[in-house]
Amino acid sequence: MRRILIMGATSAIAEATAREFAALGAALFLVGRDADRLAAIADDLRLRGAAQVEIRVLDARELAAYPQLVDTATARLGGLDTALLAHGTLTDQAAAQASIELLADEFRINALSHMALCTELGNRFESQGHGCIAVISSVAGDRGRQSNYVYGAAKAAVTAFTSGLRQRLHPKGVTVLTIKPGFVDTPMTAAFRKGPLWATPAQVGKAIARAVQRGTPVLYTPWFWWPIMQIIRNIPEAIFRKLRL
Amino acid sequence: MRRGGVSWGRLPGVEQRLLPVTSRHQPLPDQPSMLPWGNGRSYGDSCRNDGGVLLGTRTLDRYIAFDPATGVIDLEAGVLLGELIDLTLPNGWFPAVTPGTRWVTVGGAIANDVHGKNHHRAGSFGNHVLDLELLRSDGAVLHCSPTAHADRFAATIGGLGLTGLIRRARLQLKRVAGPWLRGDSQRFGSLGEFFAIAAESERDWEYTVAWLDCSATGGQLGRGIFIRGNHAPAQVAAAAQAPGSGRLRLPFTPPVSAVNSLSLRAFNTLYFHRPSAVARDALWHYRPFFYPLDAIVDWNRMYGPRGFYQYQCVLPQAGAVEVLTDMLRRIGASGLGSFLVVLKTFGEQPSRGLLSFPRPGVTLALDFPNRGERTLALLEALDALTLAAGGAVYPAKDARMSAAAFQQYFPGWQAFAGHVDPKFTSSFWRRVTGSARR
Repeated sequence: MRRILIMGATSAIAEATAREFAALGAALFLVGRDADRLAAIADDLRLRGAAQVEIRVLDARELAAYPQLVDTATARLGGLDTALLAHGTLTDQAAAQASIELLADEFRINALSHMALCTELGNRFESQGHGCIAVISSVAGDRGRQSNYVYGAAKAAVTAFTSGLRQRLHPKGVTVLTIKPGFVDTPMTAAFRKGPLWATPAQVGKAIARAVQRGTPVLYTPWFWWPIMQIIRNIPEAIFRKLRL
Repeated sequence: MRRGGVSWGRLPGVEQRLLPVTSRHQPLPDQPSMLPWGNGRSYGDSCRNDGGVLLGTRTLDRYIAFDPATGVIDLEAGVLLGELIDLTLPNGWFPAVTPGTRWVTVGGAIANDVHGKNHHRAGSFGNHVLDLELLRSDGAVLHCSPTAHADRFAATIGGLGLTGLIRRARLQLKRVAGPWLRGDSQRFGSLGEFFAIAAESERDWEYTVAWLDCSATGGQLGRGIFIRGNHAPAQVAAAAQAPGSGRLRLPFTPPVSAVNSLSLRAFNTLYFHRPSAVARDALWHYRPFFYPLDAIVDWNRMYGPRGFYQYQCVLPQAGAVEVLTDMLRRIGASGLGSFLVVLKTFGEQPSRGLLSFPRPGVTLALDFPNRGERTLALLEALDALTLAAGGAVYPAKDARMSAAAFQQYFPGWQAFAGHVDPKFTSSFWRRVTGSARR
């Protein structure tokens, strides 16, 4: 039985992934900001087959609370072997261009918090000799674009950080999964017009659960984002700087 | 934002703005014109709100509580019936009433007070709703049941989503031994024969339905296939093999409707005469038995880019043979007909909703490719017959009935109007009440 800590558990992708693990009989420790929504999700996951569901209200920006959070999750679930880091915000690019304070805050919520929790979990999983840390980054981190480079830069940090952590922990029997979703139809993206490239949280959740079970290092989801991003990453800068992406 | 396929009939319409409701703990958005939108399986404009906002409820899909001892389930209204079945059937519970597709939300099933093949036994979906939670645009949360806010409950069952957002509901499920049904099917040569078989079957068979060959004329008019079944006991099912979950998909919309008088006649004749139309002791898995069309994803595309109209009416039993004969003659003469003609008797159990469609008698459902004025003229002619017979047309399937017809079909509509949330409306409601766009 997997014992899983989920940060940002009220996010659509996290909830969809949690349903996959609940159906497999996992034990889950859900962390989020909204107690009512966490409780509703916990009831649902129990009915979907989870062996145990615990909830904890916490703002992911409270980095100092992480060691105690991991302690509590480990104690309540009787151990911990998997974590999904799914919290974050979609940065308002125009606002972040205009405010250093907002820029710093966005980095705290979308990059620093992931790195801090990865550090805490990585050290513990290293000493126990097994575990999987799955972190939601984004295709937006593969190359900075004018429309969302603050968000993209934070995700690039997460991608680079998890890449290094993966190398470090691989010989210790710990897997680190970097998840790069493309466009997903979630409340975070409710304002966007949806086209054929958009995926549902359920599709992405299935892919994440499969990748965790297989020990995949990097997951583009849906898969067609891998070739798309290879092309975007390889456009020469002389051309790229003229594009309106 | 959502284009096109807002309603199942795929008739042309304007783009709708879809705002998903992601938590049952969140207030409604501050919008002047809203309509709950589940999975878009209503055929016409009862699930459209041209110029306004649709409140997407598929994101309200959490289970709240389920008691495997009593079969009572408490859940959010955006759960699909198919998802509910996947959860409860392993424990031996099945929806007490199910329509012909499992891809409808619980909220949609309540708001349209849907019926199924067991109407003569079980009534309609609303008869099995224990209570529901309604969110009004003024922020009020009402817990409605047959005893609490009973009038608001009666307005919400079959209330087309207009009385507020159904956020959660408690349903009484039905005990079953497993996923199998046992029954038989037989050909009948006339409407008179259909009614005789229906009358004889209703005592011993929980589910009855008939397919009608609408291209048959002359002495063959009214011929079809009668199917009946019961949930099979567990020991019958032990040996049977569950069907694969594979589904076909209609991957594109043909440039013109694939349904025309030639393809219709060929299909109907083959369907009527195929050897498997007659089965003495058949064992069906519940999916092909209840949801044959769910096996073809997006089958509604077959009618081409102009979409199609569905017509479903209910007629009082007395005189029904004559009215149905008249309808079938007109449909035959028009050359506009459908594959999927369904005939089913309704029982006496009263529906709970002020606007509920099911009432004692017989219901006929057909679909017609949208050929513009010709199709509309035929449907008007059918409406005249339904009106004269004292019947009614099903709002969930309708895109064109007149305000006058609606108001005669549903005499409770004025009492109902008093329960409509001031910020809730639909294209259908504006049309059948003749009210200006809000």
